[in-house]
Amino acid sequence: MTAAISYLFLQHYWWIIISLLGSLLVFLLFVQGGQTFILSLGKNDVEKTMIVNAFGRKWEFTFTTLVTFGGAFFASFPLFYATSFGGAYWVWVAILFSFIIQAVSYEFRSKPGNFLGAKTYEVFLFINGLLGPLLLGIAVATFFTGSVFSLDEMNHVIWQSPWKGLEAVTNPMNVILGLAILFLARVLGLLYLLNSIDHQDLLEKVRKKLVLNTVIFLVFFLTFVVWLLFATGYAYDDTGKVFMEKNKYLHNLFQMPLNTLFFLLGVISVLWGLFISLFRNSDKGIWWTGAGTVLTVFALFILVGFNRTSFYPSSYDLSSSLTIENASSSKYTLKTMFFVSFMVPFVVWYIWVAWKAINKKKITEEEMKEESHIY
Amino acid sequence: MLQNIDMSLVDWSRGQFALTAMYHWLFVPLTLGLSFIVAIMESIYVRTGDPEWKKITKFWMTIFGINFAIGVATGIILEFEFGTNWSKYSWFVGDIFGAPLAIEGIMAFFMESTFIAIMFFGWNKVSRKFHLASTWLTAIGANLSALWILVANAWMQNPVGMHFNPDTARNEMSSFWEVLFSMSAVNKFLHTISAAYILAAIVVVGISAWYLLRNRHIVFAKRSIVVASVFGLIGILNTIGTGDNSAREIAKEQPMKFAAMEALYDGKTHAGLVAAGALKGENKESEIRQRDFIFKLEIPSALSYIVHLSPEGFVPGINDLIYGNTRRGILSFEEKADRGLVAINALRDLKKAKDNDPEKYAELRAQFENPEWVNTYFKYFGYGYFKAHEPAKIIPNVAISFYSFHTMVGLGFFFVLLMFFSLIWSINNKITQRRWFLYVLVWSIPLAYFAHEAGWVLAEMGRQPWIIQDILPTMAAVTNLTSATVQVTFWLFTIVFTALLIAELKIIFKQINLGPKDGGQ
Ligand code: HDD
Ligand code: HEM
Ligand code: HEM
Repeated sequence: MTAAISYLFLQHYWWIIISLLGSLLVFLLFVQGGQTFILSLGKNDVEKTMIVNAFGRKWEFTFTTLVTFGGAFFASFPLFYATSFGGAYWVWVAILFSFIIQAVSYEFRSKPGNFLGAKTYEVFLFINGLLGPLLLGIAVATFFTGSVFSLDEMNHVIWQSPWKGLEAVTNPMNVILGLAILFLARVLGLLYLLNSIDHQDLLEKVRKKLVLNTVIFLVFFLTFVVWLLFATGYAYDDTGKVFMEKNKYLHNLFQMPLNTLFFLLGVISVLWGLFISLFRNSDKGIWWTGAGTVLTVFALFILVGFNRTSFYPSSYDLSSSLTIENASSSKYTLKTMFFVSFMVPFVVWYIWVAWKAINKKKITEEEMKEESHIY
Repeated sequence: MLQNIDMSLVDWSRGQFALTAMYHWLFVPLTLGLSFIVAIMESIYVRTGDPEWKKITKFWMTIFGINFAIGVATGIILEFEFGTNWSKYSWFVGDIFGAPLAIEGIMAFFMESTFIAIMFFGWNKVSRKFHLASTWLTAIGANLSALWILVANAWMQNPVGMHFNPDTARNEMSSFWEVLFSMSAVNKFLHTISAAYILAAIVVVGISAWYLLRNRHIVFAKRSIVVASVFGLIGILNTIGTGDNSAREIAKEQPMKFAAMEALYDGKTHAGLVAAGALKGENKESEIRQRDFIFKLEIPSALSYIVHLSPEGFVPGINDLIYGNTRRGILSFEEKADRGLVAINALRDLKKAKDNDPEKYAELRAQFENPEWVNTYFKYFGYGYFKAHEPAKIIPNVAISFYSFHTMVGLGFFFVLLMFFSLIWSINNKITQRRWFLYVLVWSIPLAYFAHEAGWVLAEMGRQPWIIQDILPTMAAVTNLTSATVQVTFWLFTIVFTALLIAELKIIFKQINLGPKDGGQ
């Protein structure tokens, strides 16, 4: 049976897995988005503690998804791993740095003798909340806009800008996607609070914040989508030769209708979640907007990877651009990993069980006083 | 071959990797061991229903949580550092090396991070059994993550299950099972986790001893000591057994590392094992910097016995590996470098011929599939980089290898005694009267960490100059960055990690001082 699986199938299969992990990661950035509100929303210690704990019980998932995203990329498309991480050095180091300071902040914040003081850890969480989504968004935007690198005959990367990745911020489209992701994360963070906290005053403030953040998110997101429809993209032909194609992503939307359906359903679901939260006082918005986020981001990844599109293009040297065909692992490795990926549904299942067990009851003021382990 | 490499870049990159890995390793072994100790304690609580055991469990769980957070913070850097700082490496072997890293994420990290949430927040939300299961699954998840990363590391020491693909200029996996079940991987995993168990046991016993010295939390401390001593004793006996296996494996796969860790220059049969010794400064008279001993305590023939299970066995020394030893069938460094260069040039010619000379290309391509040619030439690919360099370049630092090995082994035997007596004397209730022993227990905590770091220094420095044994020199693996760039990140990580380490230590000491009742409830 396994002999029948083609190399090309496996390359597509693994791009789907990467897309799935990437889209789950964007959804889980609600933790980061939420962290940007700790300083501004929590007016007293009780409120602040409730917010910190709401996100503190979930930060590990986001973190682990990021790590797994990196590991899966390494295993399936090692040339991307080597090229992007080694080349766009400063962007990735900045992202990692913001995650280092996050990891300890929850655990250390409220512990006696914590050396730097609770406030410092709150600022750490804020920095991570801001930089994490923004820079990840910018990094992913370069999948569409291209980067300045070339590969030598041994496939070693030579990055052409001394800024080592930071030059990406000079392209407005990169920044716009970064900001869209940041505000999406903030919106998701607010929706998560609506869903997991039981505290009247706080929730009122949350709803107020939600309005403005929704508007900003929609402006950035729609700008990016409109740009995408008209953008010239990086395509490749039968021989693997990369060339610029007018309206490439628009063509992809037409040529992959199922994926376009995902995209549209995703966007509708995002909007519906926002609608019921803003106008119907619902606390289920996170599920609609969250699922919509996963669908939309997934479709964007497919859009940039399938249908002979280069997913990590070089604007400096077209022939160095990475595609799912030239950047992947060997067939043997992809096949091995194919079997490993069968574990994923099982993992999703137990995460779901654990999540439900912890979120059965909403977080209340009383719980914060009684619970033995709080952040 | 290595002329146009910026050595300062290589050194800073190595320094940065060493720094981040060694920080990571300050926290990981405690996680690996303490998670099981906590799970055992909670099992006793669930069986007996005795609230004292719940208190014990919760206290050690708090310590676990603080330590875990910073372990995670340091781990994420390592994961991405292969790409950011060793990108040539990541391409050259990513096809093999990436897989265990990905499996680790999918299989182990998720398990750990999912169930840890229940472990900490689930006390009042899920049933006792569910909670206990979560604690065990956290421990299993942590130890599974150790499995995969150690498989990856063992593969660097002993690259198996792969073949070279000249078209992509990289090594590709040919057998997942060979990678997973290579003896190096099995030994490395078992040795490292059992060493982690002894470390965690010593931490638990040491902190409990401190309470006894202060006359606080007596029941808590005694019970903790019993559980941890049993666990630690099993751990250390396994550590020694698997360490012995590791050494034998090294003698086979990395003879240069083996010679360096014993400071053996001239190979011999009936080679003695240096149980303890001190090295003289370098002796510059010979071409290779030879080192003699100021003093040494030698067990006759033991080294030959360890390697070959017979005193007649020949153990090659550094000189044999450099100058060759025809009688024993050992190639000289020159010979290996020549052969390696043939392989490197073949690859270069193949790249050139690819577009304009299909016949030559086909001929060269066939060579790379010919097992005989691969075994004669490609096997020494990495040595080709060292052609025309002085042979001393392929010798790891002998003093560091020697001392780190002997420190680790010495401490290993000491820990056996430590665990044995803490178990015996706590069972027959004499431990509180032997205050000197309680002090020894407390002061053994840093020693356990020292043994661990020494072990890794041996493993990693001892394999120099190879990042992948015989295939890729460390120098040829580094990302093209400026050395200044890496210096900036080096200092950034140093400052942040150090600040976080201080914070973690202060918090842990505070929690210990508060004690189980206040801190653990
Ligand atoms: C408490 C810690 C501890 C103790 C007491 C020991 N070890 Fe160890 N050792 C480690 C902790 C460790 C480690 C940190 O876990 C290492 C580093 C790399 C590895 O695989 O495990 C290691 C590596 C390591 C290596 C090198 C593996 C390589 O290069 O790949 C050898 C040969 C030994 N050990 C042998 C021993 C022997 C014969 C011991 C006998 C008493 C011993 N170790 C005790
Ligand atoms: C250079 C190699 C290593 C890399 C790339 C690496 C990577 C990581 C990463 C990314 C994390 C965070 C995981 C999370 O999100 O929860 C982590 C944590 C962890 N790693 Fe490592 N690691 C390395 C070495 C090791 C070794 C050698 C072991 C064990 C033998 C180990 C065991 C663990 C454990 C148990 C954790 C859980 C957190 C803790 O430290 O307490 N790691 N590692
Ligand atoms: C967490 C435990 C570990 C510690 C304490 C550790 C320690 C070290 C040290 C001291 C060095 C510097 C060696 C030198 O420059 O001479 C080093 C280098 C390195 N180690 Fe490890 N190591 C650990 C785990 C691992 C693992 C699990 C891997 C791979 C899976 C790994 C891969 C590397 C690499 C790629 C380098 C850089 C290249 C080199 O200098 O050889 N290490 N490590």
